[in-house]
Amino acid sequence: MNKLRLIIKREFIAKVRNKSFIIMTFLSPLIAIGMIALVVFLTKKNDDKVKEIVYVDNSGLFTGEDFKGTETIKYTDFTELGIEETKKKVEEGNHYGVLIIPKIDSLELLAKSVEFFSKDTPGLNTMDNIEGNVNNKLRSLKMEQLGIDEQKIKSSRISSDIKMFNFSGEESSKLANGLKIGVGMIAGYLLMMFVIIYGTSVMRSVIEEKTSRIIEVIVSSVKPFQLMLGKIIGNASAGLLQFTIWGILLLIFSTIASSVFGVDMSEMQTANMSPEQLETIKQTAGGGQAQMIVQEILKLPLFTLFFLFIFYFIGGYMLYSSLFAAIGAAVDNETDTQQFMMPIMLPLMLAVYVGAFTVINDPHGPISIIFSYIPLTSPIVMLMRVPFGVAWWEIAISMLLLLLTFLAVVWLAAKIYRVGILMYGKKPTYKDLWKWIRYSG
Amino acid sequence: MSNLLEINNVVKRYGNYTALNNVSIHIPKGCVFGLLGPNGAGKTSLIRIINQITMPDSGEIILDGEKLAPHHIEQIGYLPEERGLYKSMKVGEQALYLAQLKGLSKTEAKKKLKYWFDKFDIGAWWDKKIEELSKGMAQKVQFIVTVLHEPKLLIFDEPFSGFDPINAQLIAKEILQLRDEGATIIFSTHRMESVEEMCDNIALIHKSNKILDGKLDDIKREYRTNTFQVGLKTDNPELVQQKLKENFEVSPADFKTLNGGLKLNVKLTGNSSANDLLSYLTNNGEMQHFVELVPSANDIFIQTIHKTS
Repeated sequence: MNKLRLIIKREFIAKVRNKSFIIMTFLSPLIAIGMIALVVFLTKKNDDKVKEIVYVDNSGLFTGEDFKGTETIKYTDFTELGIEETKKKVEEGNHYGVLIIPKIDSLELLAKSVEFFSKDTPGLNTMDNIEGNVNNKLRSLKMEQLGIDEQKIKSSRISSDIKMFNFSGEESSKLANGLKIGVGMIAGYLLMMFVIIYGTSVMRSVIEEKTSRIIEVIVSSVKPFQLMLGKIIGNASAGLLQFTIWGILLLIFSTIASSVFGVDMSEMQTANMSPEQLETIKQTAGGGQAQMIVQEILKLPLFTLFFLFIFYFIGGYMLYSSLFAAIGAAVDNETDTQQFMMPIMLPLMLAVYVGAFTVINDPHGPISIIFSYIPLTSPIVMLMRVPFGVAWWEIAISMLLLLLTFLAVVWLAAKIYRVGILMYGKKPTYKDLWKWIRYSG
Repeated sequence: MSNLLEINNVVKRYGNYTALNNVSIHIPKGCVFGLLGPNGAGKTSLIRIINQITMPDSGEIILDGEKLAPHHIEQIGYLPEERGLYKSMKVGEQALYLAQLKGLSKTEAKKKLKYWFDKFDIGAWWDKKIEELSKGMAQKVQFIVTVLHEPKLLIFDEPFSGFDPINAQLIAKEILQLRDEGATIIFSTHRMESVEEMCDNIALIHKSNKILDGKLDDIKREYRTNTFQVGLKTDNPELVQQKLKENFEVSPADFKTLNGGLKLNVKLTGNSSANDLLSYLTNNGEMQHFVELVPSANDIFIQTIHKTS
């Protein structure tokens, strides 16, 4: 055990002292913040350009009020100029495009005959705005024709807000659901990032020992399994340190960025939300929002969540990184790792996609359940499911399967590792790996 | 208990390939033991088994009277043929780390490292990274790390590769001194001249089998052909040669000498002794060169391998 500690210490120090590690630790958050700030800045800049759209209304049905612009879209009436003149003018001038409404009596036909000409293809937002305006006007005209009182229709609209409970009496809300998705996604993504970054780092460290030819000196002092374990733990400790620093730096930088450049971080988050989600947040806004969120967070099964996060994090990382270590041992240089990396990356990616698409929509559906049992995907998928509440026996099955697979995989990986580290030259095939596994002693 | 290491009937297979076929070798305490054999003979497999890097399929190994067990790692020092050090790690830290892995405490390791670094006069390297050192310099560090924990058994696999002749000499001297201080040394090499110079005993492994072992002197005696290289200054070389052929096997010889004259290889036959030859020669001319052709380790190596294959 004493030797294991020595190995962990060496791996940790070697990793942490590495120049690229130091640079990445301090540069990554800066780059991340910079990128986000740049995107936000560019989006704003882009939006600042006002699109001036002119319309020629030969039907005489529309008035200036019917064309409701936005901050970036303005409408001007060019009807008097006639179609041809307007087109020419728009083509030569600074206007964005021209909307032509022909004179047709039937509203249905008219709806299909409105045309829009512009120099470049308009974006979705612009089209939505134009179509929305035309639709609204034609709809109210049609209602008039049919004798429907528009006021009554408007007042008949009712917005329901269903309160959701589960049988243990907990109330859940859309906000809480959003939070659960958020917590699950963050946990899942964190694990995936961690596995990829530090798993490959374990692999590289194994390859380095092979290429520097120190490996035989080391294994004459310690058991290969000890060395592998020490590497995995040492790299993970360095990784945890890096993640912690990143977290702290991100916090500091985003505070600085938001106060200095006026880039509002919460704006970035809301930018990706659907209108419904925004609506929920607005409803709850008004001073109490932060408090609400804290309340909802406290309602989550925090202790269980934390415990499971630790379990799946360790289990998932150990499972994958021992595979990475075996790959590193099997090859002589990094270029040869490709063919073996594929089968490892695949389940990892699959887990994230299942998590991002299936679990969010249906956390207790069959696909979510199956993937939260399969050990290679369970760490990520189960972590994403847990905030929604998962039966204890499901968690128990998933954990047990992970544990058993973990033991089996580490055993296999250690066998490949033990033979592989002393093999030079030929790039092994899967058949060779299978042979190595069956070697005794 | 005169053997430090007893290898008894060791078999090692990799899949269908047999790397060691029932090999038994006994290594006496306090000797330099040459483990010889062509490439791929099984030397490295055997060395790895002794180091417990791999386990034999059958057979047993006794180290100093005890069955080989994990705790023996600390009593063995191993310098592999494929060797190296962490390139970006500092010399001192690295040496300390490797010494601690062999069970030394940090203070102990520091003290011993200081002794060796002073001895080799390389104290200034302590804070350098391995990648800043030349290959020979790194090898010196590696040698120190191998012997630092004062193991009973030292295993050197091609220890001189990477050293210039001066440093090779220095290392050879250190190895012999370690033997004189009581360590037992297994010495695996292809360089036969160093075998002559260093080894007390040898074993020859060929195609997974041990084909020869024993004291180097005994083996040489066994392989001697009773042939003498002779240089003689005489007025009538033809006649002398003719006479010699009546009693001995004679063949022309070619060796460097400052004097001219007759040069021959003469093999004793029947009951004739070296003295008979000598007296005959001195009666017929002026003796200039007389030496027994002792087979070199190289000759024995090549001969034995040809014989078995």
